Amino acid sequence: MDSPAVAVRGLVKRYGDVEAVRGIDLEVARGETFGFLGPNGAGKSTTINILCTLVEPTAGEARVVGLDAVRDRAAVRRRIGLVFQDPTLDAPMSGEQNLRFHQELYGVDRRHAAARREEVLRTVGLWERRADPVATYSGGMRRRLEIARGLLHSPQVLFLDEPTIGLDPQTRSSIWAYLAELHRSEEITVFVTTHYMDEAEHCDRIAIMNEGRIVALDTPDALKAQVGADRVAITTDDDEAALRALRTELGLEGAVREGAVTVNVPDGAGFVPRLFDRLGGHGVAIRSVTVTRPSLDDVFLAHTGTTIRDAEAGAGPSMHPMALRSRTAHR
Amino acid sequence: MTTTLRTEAVRVPESGLTTEARAAAVVWEREMIRFVKDRARILSSLAQPLLFLFVLGSGLGSLLGGTAGGVRFETFLFPGVMAISVLFTAAFAGISIVWDREFGFLREMLVAPVSTASILVGKALGGATVATLQCLVLLALAGLVGVPYDPLMLLTMIGLIFLMGFMITALGLVLAARVRQVQSAMPLVQLVITPLMFLSGALFPLSGLPTWLTVLTHINPMTYAVEPLRSVVFDHLDVDAATRARFDPGIVWGGWTVPVGVQVLLTVAFALALLGLAVVRFRRTE
Repeated sequence: MDSPAVAVRGLVKRYGDVEAVRGIDLEVARGETFGFLGPNGAGKSTTINILCTLVEPTAGEARVVGLDAVRDRAAVRRRIGLVFQDPTLDAPMSGEQNLRFHQELYGVDRRHAAARREEVLRTVGLWERRADPVATYSGGMRRRLEIARGLLHSPQVLFLDEPTIGLDPQTRSSIWAYLAELHRSEEITVFVTTHYMDEAEHCDRIAIMNEGRIVALDTPDALKAQVGADRVAITTDDDEAALRALRTELGLEGAVREGAVTVNVPDGAGFVPRLFDRLGGHGVAIRSVTVTRPSLDDVFLAHTGTTIRDAEAGAGPSMHPMALRSRTAHR
Repeated sequence: MTTTLRTEAVRVPESGLTTEARAAAVVWEREMIRFVKDRARILSSLAQPLLFLFVLGSGLGSLLGGTAGGVRFETFLFPGVMAISVLFTAAFAGISIVWDREFGFLREMLVAPVSTASILVGKALGGATVATLQCLVLLALAGLVGVPYDPLMLLTMIGLIFLMGFMITALGLVLAARVRQVQSAMPLVQLVITPLMFLSGALFPLSGLPTWLTVLTHINPMTYAVEPLRSVVFDHLDVDAATRARFDPGIVWGGWTVPVGVQVLLTVAFALALLGLAVVRFRRTE
């Protein structure tokens, strides 16, 4: 039981000319909630598919609870729960029938099967709707049912690939509330991928992935601290003069982003009076100042030089997630 | 904490024959659930064989002069219509896995810690069962077309129908392995199933055919599944040898009449080979 929940070394996955994963190393401890953050096409899904034994790596090693994801495939599958990006429920069957199907498929002990079904259905708040066909469920309910199903065989690691994709913000936050609840009651490791920055905040640690590489890996707070505290965005009449004044008067390297001079400082609120004092002396007219606490967006920006939204928009057709997914299917 | 205790108790066992059998059984059970829920499918798949039996049977029967040697054309057609019903029902059951893929449920089945073979065996047994259940309705009409209600004959027919259903579902699975789009599934089934139907001896006796047609019927696996069915029916009819030779000439390779037992064994071999092929193709593509 001492082996880490997930251990990855030198992992590479190539699809023809496309290098989806370009050599990553990673270790996730037991009981951790670990987030994989990055834009679509960053290689998150490929990595999670390798860990779930659905895709074989081109090079490197992936271990789940000490078992090799390639050689001990069946043993790994018995110890993990999976919630895929795309739905995998049988709509004509009821919620409970879907769960029973899963238990039989995984050979769960029948003496405890019914009790376990009730337990997970109650946890995700679907006990009252258990007899209804899944076709009548909303998107959020289906997601919750899939999470419940992923837990049925009491896995040691629960993998969720974009569990909240396509859901409205309210449903998204309720899914995270359920995940937090499960994490408390089930004592399992949760490995989740997302491209929503705000969701990564729910994780103990996060790895930021971009273009097949892990560019940063730490707790959300530590990552934010790395970026250099607060971001101050200043709109002025003369950005060039403002940048010069920042350099000479305050010794700070600013940059123009989205029409504002931005600069990172440890204490944004305390910096503002000093800013007016010094820049005013140089005749730079300041029109507005915005101080923002650092977010994971800034972390992403600092490590990749682009925002996550721009990274998604700029992803070429070869790195499009649909293209990657269909290639995964043709393994 | 009770949760932890239960968590230990429900841990999934290591692989074994029992686990594989349970997986196949639950896949079969799902086919049953879907069959019972889909009443429209039951009715529509019964309509076609009934049309064949009574409309084609009566129409062509009158052309042949009603009865020939005491055998009505409908009586001859009866086992053939069974086979057609099995062919369409089972092929659809097999190809339905394309819908499972489309809606993602195939993934849920294939990522389970059981072999692909167990999943596909469950599917094939499900298709065979559904095809057999459909045929029970047709079997109940035996008396209308001059086939006696002999218990042993009926039981043998049910066994043969089940075997045929298994083989055809396996064929449907082989076809479904590479079909990515639901729209192309049905045309593909029609393309494969229709020749199998016409070249199997389901609709006409295999005697006195031109050589090219004889060759085609002999390489059609369906032929070896249809003929035993007809043979069982004629075993229980009161007809002379000449009439039987005309309506039920059997399968003749060169000068050798293939015994019914060998035909059944061939069908078993075809069924297993098709299932094996389906497993290989699914392992490679998913």
